[in-house]
Amino acid sequence: MSEKLDLLLDVRGVSKHFGGVYALNNASLSVVRGEVHALIGPNGAGKTTLIHVLSGALPCNGGRVVFDGNDLERRSMHERVTLGLARSYQITNIFTRLTVLDNVAMAVQSRVRDWGSSFSFWKPFSLDSAIIGEAHALLAQVSLSGMANRLAGQLSHGEQRSLEVALALATKPKLLLLDEPMAGMGPEESERMVGLIEHLAQQVTILLVEHDMDAVFRLADRISVLVGGTVIASGSPEAIRGDAEVRRAYLGDEVA
Amino acid sequence: MGLYATTTRRRIAAVFVLLGLVALPWGMRLIGQEFYVSFASRVLIMALAATSLNLVIGFGGMVSFGHAAFFGAGAYCVAVLAESGVTSAWLAWPAATGVAAALAVFVGAISLRTRGVYFIMITLAFAQMVFYLVVSLKTWGGDDGLPLLQRSAFGSLNLKDDSTFYFVVLAILAFVLFMLDRIAHSRFGRVIQSIRENEVRMEALGYPVFSFKLVCFSLGGALAGLAGALMANQAGLASPNLLHWMQSGILMVMIVIGGVGSVFGGVVGAVLLLVCEEAFVEITPHWQIGLGLLLLAVVLWAPLGIAGLFGWGRNRE
Amino acid sequence: MTQLILEQALNGLQFGLMLFLLAAGLTLVFGIMDMINLAHGSLYMVGAYLAAEVTQASGSFITGVGVAMLGTGVLAVVLEVVLLRRLYARNHLAQVLATFALILIANECVRIVWGAQTLMLNAPDALSGPVRIGGFLYPSYRLLIIGVGALIAGLLYVLVARTRIGMWVRAGASNREMTEALGINVRLLFTAVFAFGAALCALAGAMLGPLLAVQVGMGESILILAFVVIVIGGIGSIRGALVGSLLVGLVDTLGRAMLPAMLRALFSPEVASSLGPALASVLIYVLMAAILFWRPEGLFPARA
Ligand SMILES: Nc1ncnc2c1ncn2[C@@H]1O[C@H](COP(=O)(O)OP(=O)(O)O)[C@@H](O)[C@H]1O
Ligand SMILES: [Mg+2]
Repeated sequence: MSEKLDLLLDVRGVSKHFGGVYALNNASLSVVRGEVHALIGPNGAGKTTLIHVLSGALPCNGGRVVFDGNDLERRSMHERVTLGLARSYQITNIFTRLTVLDNVAMAVQSRVRDWGSSFSFWKPFSLDSAIIGEAHALLAQVSLSGMANRLAGQLSHGEQRSLEVALALATKPKLLLLDEPMAGMGPEESERMVGLIEHLAQQVTILLVEHDMDAVFRLADRISVLVGGTVIASGSPEAIRGDAEVRRAYLGDEVA
Repeated sequence: MGLYATTTRRRIAAVFVLLGLVALPWGMRLIGQEFYVSFASRVLIMALAATSLNLVIGFGGMVSFGHAAFFGAGAYCVAVLAESGVTSAWLAWPAATGVAAALAVFVGAISLRTRGVYFIMITLAFAQMVFYLVVSLKTWGGDDGLPLLQRSAFGSLNLKDDSTFYFVVLAILAFVLFMLDRIAHSRFGRVIQSIRENEVRMEALGYPVFSFKLVCFSLGGALAGLAGALMANQAGLASPNLLHWMQSGILMVMIVIGGVGSVFGGVVGAVLLLVCEEAFVEITPHWQIGLGLLLLAVVLWAPLGIAGLFGWGRNRE
Repeated sequence: MTQLILEQALNGLQFGLMLFLLAAGLTLVFGIMDMINLAHGSLYMVGAYLAAEVTQASGSFITGVGVAMLGTGVLAVVLEVVLLRRLYARNHLAQVLATFALILIANECVRIVWGAQTLMLNAPDALSGPVRIGGFLYPSYRLLIIGVGALIAGLLYVLVARTRIGMWVRAGASNREMTEALGINVRLLFTAVFAFGAALCALAGAMLGPLLAVQVGMGESILILAFVVIVIGGIGSIRGALVGSLLVGLVDTLGRAMLPAMLRALFSPEVASSLGPALASVLIYVLMAAILFWRPEGLFPARA
């Protein structure tokens, strides 16, 4: 593979331990602008921990992360979002007591880079037609238009997962970190989510953590395999499928 | 809880209540109970203090147990300024507001690093610090407090007249409530309420959560300082009781009774509590048992307060 | 000078150990049930009043202390079963308010039963004199308090660190669901811990009664100190409560004794005499704010 590729995210030797347990051990991987990069690995491999470290929710104990030319060390969670790094959560994390529209509007509003705007005390929000319009557009994109005025907590699991993705998307990121977007979904809902991600892939670079191998091989341009906190292989789906070490360590019978 | 929304009906009701309050001094004069005008001023000032705490607890979700520090700071600021000859309300009241705001920025900047119970306790600790510092300063009157020999000078208005003072307090409270209503519906208000709902998600959406909370906390502190300035004027004294932790507790009681996170919750709670106190103290010296039982009942059976009972609070389905 | 310091250090130790009796129950209730109980100070007050009443009636201090502990423990069981249980699942604001209501009710009830005057509680006659330690005289009653405090602290340590009940308690403090999964009757455990904490409160109230005034409101000032202690120590940690208690006891006592003198060396007498007491009384709050600034979860976080 060419080294001249336009790297959007470069993770170099990142480690993270909880007490004595290494969740990440010198993990390295790079995401090229424009691709869908899947991160796979067995349960407890450290995938979610990596997402936490990338998004700034957890500090790492060593290594470097460069995103779009910026060293992320010491950057807070919200600064990283401003740089264009957004995430979804494996365990749905939305505003359950707000309406679906308010959820997305809040996310859209965050993008108004000029902070004066969100520190605006006087003008009623209901007059912010631009934000509300964009929120509706986003809801249409994730097929939640009909739910706009429901409380988010009342949505079905699958709908909440879609809202979760919409929240991340609303910040207009350069890189979207999706942590198991299909977790707990039935086959039909999963199929819809795969379609959505396929569609999103045309607009934004995606780092996708996913267990569903069919989905991964359908969506991914490249795949990295995380085992025991270390990336043991990175490459095209074909290469990963054929990689002996990966088969031994992880894929095993699943794709045999 | 959802985001706060004021309905038209609620606005109309507020206007009628306001008109009623404007007429109160004449009404009292008619039935020969002018003493109550001064009492009414005190109620409105406490309502302002409780409203300022409601901004912090009800909208910002920051359970501060040290709000009395800002309330008292405003009162002492006015009294100390008066001692050194500054009696103009136009100087003293903004100064009181500013001092309380500055104190709140300082306390908030440190306290907001902690979460949950630790936040409750550290705000209490700061308030205790202020309390003991002030009480041990002999120059500020120690346990007796610092008397304010005369009410602040307010342009051509004579605040020594209880009715005039009452109208000024009412105007300030009405303006603050109007402002709070605007804030609740503004971008800032929505952000701060969403932080109350889910802080981590807000940070992950790119909001500098700490800054928003600090601004909200300080705004609450500033308004408490203004209430304190008025209280010193009403009572003719900057009393250490205003700084006491029981005062913080009472303000909390007011907003919980009235409705946490409802624009009018603080007012409803303050009026209810103080009027009940006034009424029951006449009947029994042990009215605090009644207050305790009422409070328990509210916590157990009406967690959204009186406002919640009548559906005045938040968005309904 | 060293003698003064030594004496004050003993006073600080004595005060710290009594604080620990309050803080131990508070931190367990806090850690296990995730419940803020402002009424903990009221239990301390009730304990002191019971001790004073019974001591006077029976003429025996020991009987007074015993009845106070028992009575307060029973009261605590009633409170827990009737009211507090409903609050465990509620948010902190609701807990603060409900237990604040209990303070109001308790204070007023005590006022109705015993009146507004301060009650006298005398130390046993045998302990009214001083004893000689090294080069100076020290009140023997205070030594008794230190002895009892140290004994209870030791017992608690063994109980929590070495026994099965202690294991449940520690497990409950760090992971409630896990404890329930182990099939332990958590409800009963909660009630027992609460009653035990209340009995310790009453012991502290009874022991401190002869030194401090037995009066309405005595619970609140010491309650806030106990909260400072457990927040410094880390909520839910017995070890943290012990370290915090001793720290607060020593800093407060030594600060009050030494600070004015130290300030006199630095400032004019006038400034020193007004600044000294002020600084001394806020010292522990400064300590707490500083510790929370560096370690937002206290010195020994129980849920690390
Ligand atoms: N907050 C935490 N404290 C302690 N250990 C943790 C924590 N979060 C994750 N771990 C451990 O780190 C490892 C990786 O977890 P995780 O990143 O969630 O795996 P994955 O998402 O790949 O399933 C696991 O062994 C897990 O037990
Ligand atoms: Mg995971």
